[in-house]
Amino acid sequence: MKSEFTLKLDRCKGCGICVAFCPKQVLALDTLGKVYVAHPENCIACGQCELRCPDYAIFVDKLKQEAADKK
Amino acid sequence: MLERSYEKFFRQNRLPHLWCPGCGNGIVMKAIVQAIEKKSGWTQDNTIIVSGIGCSSRASGYMDFDTLHTAHGRAIPFATGIKLARPDLNVVVITGDGDCTAIGGNHFIHGCRRNVDLTVILFNNNIYGMTGGQASPMTPLGKKATTAPYGSIDRPFDACKLAEAAGATYVARSTAFHVQHLVKMIEDGLDNAGFSFIEALVQCPTAYGRRNKIGEPAKMMAWMRDNAVMKNVWDKLPDDKKIGDKFPIGLFYKAETETYDEAYHHVIEMAGGAAK
Ligand SMILES: Cc1ncc(C[n+]2csc(CCOP(=O)(O)OP(=O)(O)O)c2C)c(N)n1
Ligand code: SF4
Ligand code: SF4
Ligand code: SF4
Ligand SMILES: [Mg+2]
Repeated sequence: MKSEFTLKLDRCKGCGICVAFCPKQVLALDTLGKVYVAHPENCIACGQCELRCPDYAIFVDKLKQEAADKK
Repeated sequence: MLERSYEKFFRQNRLPHLWCPGCGNGIVMKAIVQAIEKKSGWTQDNTIIVSGIGCSSRASGYMDFDTLHTAHGRAIPFATGIKLARPDLNVVVITGDGDCTAIGGNHFIHGCRRNVDLTVILFNNNIYGMTGGQASPMTPLGKKATTAPYGSIDRPFDACKLAEAAGATYVARSTAFHVQHLVKMIEDGLDNAGFSFIEALVQCPTAYGRRNKIGEPAKMMAWMRDNAVMKNVWDKLPDDKKIGDKFPIGLFYKAETETYDEAYHHVIEMAGGAAK
């Protein structure tokens, strides 16, 4: 895994923008309509989800190489 | 996680904001604070956010600067007053397509004409969002609104052309999809001394998208991605390719002329100086 996710779920309104623009289909909405990380292993830490989230609910930080190796 | 530096520009106790799921306003509000953050010398104490009335104008309530939520269509006059009284302050105006080009249309063109040193960001969702979806002067031909159930027959304004013709000295457009480009267009507008106008296309899935069957928020943003054409490419397109929904984004116009606050300052000097 190349990235660390932070979700501020109280802000997420389940709009699906992050899900739609993720190039690797990493994200999905749960039954309550909140975002969750369905396939973390596919994430390339491109930041597209964070960039366009209108509610500042999803954050992606690139993991440094050693931290990534440990995961 | 690394705390995002722009979060300090939001009134945290007011978040989450009240905009609908997928509304583009949140994207543009963040782009504005990120552009401000890049300006050295611009602080929360010397930057004023002024807005009119509308969903978009609610942004000022979430932004941790000195903010002024004014009357419908009147953000530019209030902002002009601030700038003339305190030319040392940086004044940013947030407005909607209805706020700016319908009820506030005259204030808009005269602000441009005077070249008041303001940066005006128009959140264009092509509709009156707040009041439930009436047509605005920027609703495209044929699109439905509560006041145009068969589709609008009123030819829309191109607010960028209007700003340029009226005398604005910086005119640009971007969209909620093109976030980094949008930040850059706003940043360059903040740099310009004079009336800077940036039109930001935003999706309103509730009052515009749903009625026009355009689909969910991501679809509306994909439409921006697929139809926006960078200005340099647009200029080389033959007319038969500038068709359908295609529209240009980028910097359209830039000029240098004395600003209104400079001109006003000369008057104050001629008249013997301001009262202390
Ligand atoms: C003097 C006055 N007239 C009418 C209204 C009702 N009103 C509130 S918001 C609005 C239109 C808002 O449209 P726009 O500026 O496009 O903002 P949006 O909600 O789409 O972001 C109107 C007509 C008002 N508040 N004040
Ligand atoms: S874009 Fe933001 S608000 Fe929308 S579903 Fe994703 S995390 Fe939630
Ligand atoms: S960082 Fe990129 S790949 Fe990872 S979840 Fe976000 S959009 Fe998808
Ligand atoms: S009505 Fe439209 S503009 Fe207003 S908050 Fe909802 S989506 Fe946004
Ligand atoms: Mg509007």
